Amino acid sequence: MFFYLIRRILYAIPIALAVGLVCFMLVQIAPGDPINAIVPADAPAEVVEQVRRDYGLDKPLPVQFVLWLGRVVQGDLGRSLATGRPVTADLRSAVGNTLMLALVAAFIGFVMGSILGTVAAVFRGTVLDKLAVGLAAAGVSIPHYWLGMVLVVFFSVTLNWLPAMGAGPGGSGDWEWNWAHVQFLVLPAVTLSVIPMGIVTRTVRGVVMELLAQDFVTTLRGKGLRRGGIALHVLKNAAPSVLAVMGLQLGYLMGGSILVETVFSWPGTGFLLNSAIFQRDLPVLQGTILVLAIFFVVLNLAVDLVQTALDPRIRRA
Amino acid sequence: MSTAIAPAAIAVPQPAPSRGYWAGVARRLSRDPVTLFFGALLLLMALAILLAPLIAPHDPYQTSMIRRLRPIWFQDGRYPLGTDELGRDMLTRLLYGGRLSWFLGITPVLIAFAIGGTLGVVAGFAGGWVNMLIMRTTDVFYAFPSVLLAVAISGALGPGVSNAMLSLTLVFIPQIIRVAESTTTAVRNLDYVESARASGAGPMTIVRVHVLPNVLGPVFVYSTSLISVAMILASGLSFLGLGTKPPEPEWGLMLNTLRTAIYTQPLIAMLPGLCIFLTSMCFNMVSDGLRTAMDVRG
Amino acid sequence: MNEPLVQVRDLYVRFVSRDATVHAVNGVSFDLAERESLCILGESGSGKSVTLRALMALNPPRRTKLSGTVRVGGHDIIAASERKMADIRGSTVSMIFQEPMTALDPVFTIGRQIAETVMRHEGTSRAAADARALELLELVQIPSAKRRLAAYPHELSGGLRQRAMIAIALSCRPKLLLADEPTTALDATVQIQILLLLRRLQQEMGMGVIFVTHDLGVAGEVADRVAVMYAGKFIEQGPVRGLMQGPLHPYAQGLLGATVHAGMRGERLTTIPGAPPNLERVPQGCAFAPRCAHVREECLPEVPDFRSPVPGHAARCVLVPDAMSQAA
Repeated sequence: MFFYLIRRILYAIPIALAVGLVCFMLVQIAPGDPINAIVPADAPAEVVEQVRRDYGLDKPLPVQFVLWLGRVVQGDLGRSLATGRPVTADLRSAVGNTLMLALVAAFIGFVMGSILGTVAAVFRGTVLDKLAVGLAAAGVSIPHYWLGMVLVVFFSVTLNWLPAMGAGPGGSGDWEWNWAHVQFLVLPAVTLSVIPMGIVTRTVRGVVMELLAQDFVTTLRGKGLRRGGIALHVLKNAAPSVLAVMGLQLGYLMGGSILVETVFSWPGTGFLLNSAIFQRDLPVLQGTILVLAIFFVVLNLAVDLVQTALDPRIRRA
Repeated sequence: MSTAIAPAAIAVPQPAPSRGYWAGVARRLSRDPVTLFFGALLLLMALAILLAPLIAPHDPYQTSMIRRLRPIWFQDGRYPLGTDELGRDMLTRLLYGGRLSWFLGITPVLIAFAIGGTLGVVAGFAGGWVNMLIMRTTDVFYAFPSVLLAVAISGALGPGVSNAMLSLTLVFIPQIIRVAESTTTAVRNLDYVESARASGAGPMTIVRVHVLPNVLGPVFVYSTSLISVAMILASGLSFLGLGTKPPEPEWGLMLNTLRTAIYTQPLIAMLPGLCIFLTSMCFNMVSDGLRTAMDVRG
Repeated sequence: MNEPLVQVRDLYVRFVSRDATVHAVNGVSFDLAERESLCILGESGSGKSVTLRALMALNPPRRTKLSGTVRVGGHDIIAASERKMADIRGSTVSMIFQEPMTALDPVFTIGRQIAETVMRHEGTSRAAADARALELLELVQIPSAKRRLAAYPHELSGGLRQRAMIAIALSCRPKLLLADEPTTALDATVQIQILLLLRRLQQEMGMGVIFVTHDLGVAGEVADRVAVMYAGKFIEQGPVRGLMQGPLHPYAQGLLGATVHAGMRGERLTTIPGAPPNLERVPQGCAFAPRCAHVREECLPEVPDFRSPVPGHAARCVLVPDAMSQAA
């Protein structure tokens, strides 16, 4: 177990480095001189040359990568071309907002998906099963950015129950956990939750169905356990794989919320990315993607470790 | 608790082996009304967008300042689905838009199927350092959530259809490699492939006779399931302004340009998204049906 | 008490699915007295496990169609609600399975799996149930029982797992123990230990036991009576010694002939030609007729009744002389 842990953590390091390399290359594959990713296009020529030397952009690519990596490790992701502020400053609040949105959406999706999946597995082949499977299929097939717009039309435009965009009554400033703020979270979170809902439903249905077909469930019935008692066993058996799927979904939500954040003007990383793309603000683009991808790598690692800890068969092996 | 393991007594004997595998697949498909329904719907849509120049009532680029955002069945059906924010006929735009949306959804998966499938089979069959190299590279791309990777590449390269396609292809290649590699590895270790090798069959023969027939099916089914995701992603890129450029009709872009209309003509503003949803749902259901009919596990 | 521990009359079990109906058990009748042990012998697919599971209504509920009478310990099993059955299972009647690895929950400790049965039926506290679990592990002779309570199934050897399985089954002192091929998945040396343990526990606890096996050696080791099953019917039943030494039915003869005994060295093993019938259709007449070397005209129209040349030993075969009036 201990060695597995160490090995797993060590394995994450080259992955993280490679992820860094991909992010570094993003600026290289972008059309135009990479220097434009650091200084505004209208900067005077001598400033450009000065920066080129300072940043080592006159050196070969591998050296540039090492220099870049060194800056990143120290928390320097460069400055935004649009605002001139350090990328990390903008990212800090954006990551927080996205994480909040993703967590709430993951929670809704997880709860709904677990219920639907369990019901579908227990009542396999019945109308309930078909309904749950259909909902799951719709959940993964629906363009969620469109669903967001449909929800806005319904709950904001027609019914006027919930705000259509933003993250709070006073702009994107301070978040508080009261209805005045939370109501802004409802529609984006629900919109984003349909994907994990669909995937968790499918996973839970598959896992529970497989478990219910196993011999030990017959043993449990043979011992006289009632539905509740059997459910406890099935739940504990299903937990590791379902949690693993859920953990990865959280990562996908973090990285995939760009479209929903755009629809709802939610001030998170996706929104930041979107404006960076429009303004061709490469430092912001690169920094945001790096942070999200590293988050995903760490999440993957955490999921693996938690899964290992939950399963006695691996734990003691 | 209805699924307790079936006793050996009810193992139904296999039907006579005279019927081919594909006949069995077709028979199972023909008994699956859900898949047939969505398959038919898919064909209908494919036909409609292919025949767009013949059946579309108007010119997709013809704008008009006076009839912007008209409701559904405008002018007694002269504009059956109303008009968009520049007064163009919605039905026509949707028909033409489907061409690009479908193209953007399907082509990257096809290219990724060819490239990823090949790399996966090579990795699975060669093993050793070749496998190591291919699979570890795959791991790196797997470390990005797919939407993020598509946006990152597209965003860096800048807007445009070819850039969007390139980024989508890159997103799907690693996923297909993984499936192809694991299936190939599984097939390679099957007893009868081992015995073919032991009886002196060369590697090319083994790949052609044993590996490909067994690997292509599952990988193909997996790839079809990606089309649905690809449609959503491709339209999503256009929605972000990274795919198609106006005035080209494309569902994701149309959804974006009609966003402001949700207050005035919500029904019309929803139409392009509905098209994406329907297509994606159809591809998903057909892929699921295929998977069941072809008895692909996993 | 004048009612036997188990009373089965005309038991039919069908599995109904969209594609096919499988007639797994086609009219089985037998009694089991208290403290008696019966062994049901048959190939896989003969319906022996299904019969066993029918005794505690453990076949998949939605697809299974039962008819006939099944009474266990005075309870009507076929009429009982699922709720009532849950009370009967584990307390009046319990079961051990063929493959202890898959029959135990992999993510719960052995101790927990025993204790929860005790708590379920006897309503004791967790501590009392844990104490009982320890006693039970000692009862089934698991070494260093205290430590094994906290073990997970995968941490035990096959033999120890089956002992733990037995401990679970015995945790509420059932009157009837059902054993579905309890030794098939075990090493030969472990098999005999488990059989001896079961025989000892049966005598100590005064249980009735029904074994299901395809292994004649097991049958000889533990059973008072043996029934041979083919295509969902008992085709022969009798006392273990009589049946093993002088099987009456051609199928039973073939079955014994196809097994290796000690002292058979140099003799040729006989095999039964053909395969058991497909149970999607109920076979007409003697189900064994197509494979039987002695088949006659009268075998085909209907299933022969039991014929009994000696008291207590009977077979469904027209070749068997019927010395007694009807026995069964």
